[in-house]
Amino acid sequence: MSPDLRALIDEVKQGTLSRRSFVQRIVLAGLTAPMATQLLALGGVAHAEEAVAGNGYTPTKRGGGGLLKTLWWQGPTLLNPHFAIGTKDQDASRLFYQPLASWNEKGELVATLAAELPSLENGGLAKDGKSVIWKLRQDVKWHDGVPFTADDCVFNWQYSRDPATAAVTIGKYKDVTVDKIDDHTIRVSFPDVRPFWADAFVGTYGMQIPKHLFEAYIGAKSRDAPTNLVPVGTGPYKFKEFRPGDMVSGVINDTYYEPNKPFFDTIEIKGGGDAVSAARAVLQTGEFDYAWTLLVEDEVLLRLEKGGKGRVVIMESTGIEHVLCNFTDPNVEVDGEKASLKTKHPTLTDPAVREALNYLLDRDAIQKYIYGRGGVATASIFNVPERFRSPNMKYEFSIPKATEVLDKAGWKPGADGIREKSGKKLKFVFQTSINQPRQKSQQIFKQACQKAGIELELKSVTASVFFSSDVGNPDTYSKFYCDLEMYNTTSDTPDPALFLRNFLSTEASQKDNKWQGRNISRWQSKEYDDLWATQQYELDPIKRAQILIACNDMVCSNHVVLPLVARPIVRGLINGLHAFPSGFDSDFWALADWWKDA
Amino acid sequence: MSATYVLRRTLIAIPSLLGISLILYAVLALAPGDPFGELATNPNVPASVRAALRAKFGLDDPVWSRYLHWLAAMVQGDWGFSFVSRMNVDTLIAQRIPVTLAVIGAAQVLAIAVAVPVGVLAALKPYSLFDQVANTLAFMGFSLPTFFTGLLLILLFSVHLGWLPTVFRADLQATGLAWWGEMIKQSIMPVLVLGLFQGASLVRYVRSSILDVVRLDYVTTARSKGIGSMRVVLRHIVRNGMIPVVTLVALQMPVVFGGAIVTEQIFRVPGIGSLLISSILANDTPVVMGVTFVFAVLVVFFNLIADLLYGWLDPRIAFS
Repeated sequence: MSPDLRALIDEVKQGTLSRRSFVQRIVLAGLTAPMATQLLALGGVAHAEEAVAGNGYTPTKRGGGGLLKTLWWQGPTLLNPHFAIGTKDQDASRLFYQPLASWNEKGELVATLAAELPSLENGGLAKDGKSVIWKLRQDVKWHDGVPFTADDCVFNWQYSRDPATAAVTIGKYKDVTVDKIDDHTIRVSFPDVRPFWADAFVGTYGMQIPKHLFEAYIGAKSRDAPTNLVPVGTGPYKFKEFRPGDMVSGVINDTYYEPNKPFFDTIEIKGGGDAVSAARAVLQTGEFDYAWTLLVEDEVLLRLEKGGKGRVVIMESTGIEHVLCNFTDPNVEVDGEKASLKTKHPTLTDPAVREALNYLLDRDAIQKYIYGRGGVATASIFNVPERFRSPNMKYEFSIPKATEVLDKAGWKPGADGIREKSGKKLKFVFQTSINQPRQKSQQIFKQACQKAGIELELKSVTASVFFSSDVGNPDTYSKFYCDLEMYNTTSDTPDPALFLRNFLSTEASQKDNKWQGRNISRWQSKEYDDLWATQQYELDPIKRAQILIACNDMVCSNHVVLPLVARPIVRGLINGLHAFPSGFDSDFWALADWWKDA
Repeated sequence: MSATYVLRRTLIAIPSLLGISLILYAVLALAPGDPFGELATNPNVPASVRAALRAKFGLDDPVWSRYLHWLAAMVQGDWGFSFVSRMNVDTLIAQRIPVTLAVIGAAQVLAIAVAVPVGVLAALKPYSLFDQVANTLAFMGFSLPTFFTGLLLILLFSVHLGWLPTVFRADLQATGLAWWGEMIKQSIMPVLVLGLFQGASLVRYVRSSILDVVRLDYVTTARSKGIGSMRVVLRHIVRNGMIPVVTLVALQMPVVFGGAIVTEQIFRVPGIGSLLISSILANDTPVVMGVTFVFAVLVVFFNLIADLLYGWLDPRIAFS
């Protein structure tokens, strides 16, 4: 199918086939319309027509919207995007700083500080896939009036890649080279073919800081920069006040480069408290206009929504709640290391056991009774953006099928009702972090397993320990010293390649890498490693998407992990507010487009 | 004599403060977690960044050397540098002081203003209807935790009546009278919750200490001399009965600076308490040390003040 598709895309490029008929043919071929559009975009034809944000923006003049009050239940603690550790800090930085391009709510790339998105057509993307040329907007000024130029972009690259700066963005910049072509053009060169080029300078890790204010504070002196706490950016709002952990505020940028924007005169992020009261302040009492991440049981949200002051908005994101199977033996110590790669899990390495467990995971019940709108049952580890969604994975909850699989594989019930084979019993320790929905999910899984003759011993660990990287603590998720565990993970970039590294043999989390490897299951598969490696050199976006989908399918059909529910982002909006959060970027990626009905 | 006493007490305080800081530091060092732990779970951030940050902030040094560094800097007035906000700890604490003093201070004043008259009246007519009601309310007041009364007030005043805001904002945009209006509006609930909780237990103290005094012979003597009842109560009973209460209030003063963790969390009051709890959750050792150490100093200091006050109120007590 894919060579035909290529030919079709070429026809669109040459103008002999209209976009519309291309999309129609693709849909007939069994793909979805959004996927077709995205294929065109990534094939370098043209970009997604328009983001939803900005559509329907009716204010006809800048300002006049008063104060926009937003509530983050984790208070922002710092305002330099290169040091922004958590989402809260990235969001607060995004009030003032902007990247060259952002990811919209569908996971599509949208130009921000870039004048246009690089494509094969406009010469922005090199044919060999080894470099990208970004053209910058020429009408952008920093809040202090100094023009934004290519020098700033080059500086951000130098600043971030210096290990002494200790910037969290270093991963995006350290192995690329950035040259200035002219005052408003830069070239980003990669050491090798880089099919996913929209990484450096893009999204939360791509926010640009001004060279003229940070120049003297590169490297070891980075923490002394006064501008770390008094940001001067390019965004729609200028810095006003910052109290770490409590609030950040901004005032309208009167010289913002987009006409008639922004709408609000001042903006405030108030931090602290908890998710439930944040939901209440927007949905029920209407004190605030916007609330971040409402990690609240859906039942509670539905009740608060009856207050009638606001509404809950749910957007897809890469978050996935999943159960991991340990492929190494947590009960045997080799060279002073439990769950060493030199061991094999006595029972979970049997594919039949994992398949049975997959049949016993009642995803629909967990969605219906626990997560509600906040979790969509899924059989895939990667579900969004749509262009990377696998059409092949299905899930089914069936105790009879689970018992059949186990019977066939020779796991027979013992005297105590627990299945066993050659002396090895199907008894597992199943751990997760302390969190009400997770404990409830554990119970549902345990009951189903019991009916099929598998015993689960439930264990819950305080979140601060479970998710810590403390080498001395045996209960961290990355040590995984038990048989099964469950947690939520996200991808951060809409491109799944980085996320799918989590299943590479070389990434196994073990003593050698202080348990910082990302392959927590410690699954070893040469076949998968080879498959994943091919996407690194695949410049054809369609073929590459197929490879990545095949990676997802291989992980899921081998039941290395059991995907449970996809976790969208949940936000609270007061009635009349037009806000455009994205599950693939900061909530404020399109802040200039936000407005409120009069 | 009193001067040498103060000096001696101050000198004794130094080793105890050192001990407190050492224990605090050790506990924090032993606690699980890492200020840059969040980076470890982020696939976009290479492990080297975390290592570089740990090295930069000296987290890889042995605990004793980190402690000595902290102590040496503290002695010179350098409170350290927050790992999380990357700003000086004293600035962070200073930002929280005004709100903390205003809200928690107002709550203390409310507690005293309610507790003293109610306690005195209840004690003057023990087992009267007023005493019974006051007692019942006092018991209810200090049995109900603040997170519960806080939610009750929110439910009543914010959700049902819609009169008061549930979120405390430190950056009100109004000026002048309007600013005061909004400030008072948003302070009412946190101050009520805290003030009534503390006032309830204070009522019990006031009542019992006044009861002790009322029965004493000199009160009877004063009455039999024909002194007016009001004068007896104010000059003879309350003045003497207040001695233990004054001590108690003095000892509660550090609490005013320490903030009220639970109440601050409920109403999002940006006080010291919420700074402390978020720093603990983020493993931001320098800030936790800064806040707890200030707290320890205040406790020691107000203990001294309370002892001195005692001597001043009751000259029979001598400092030796």
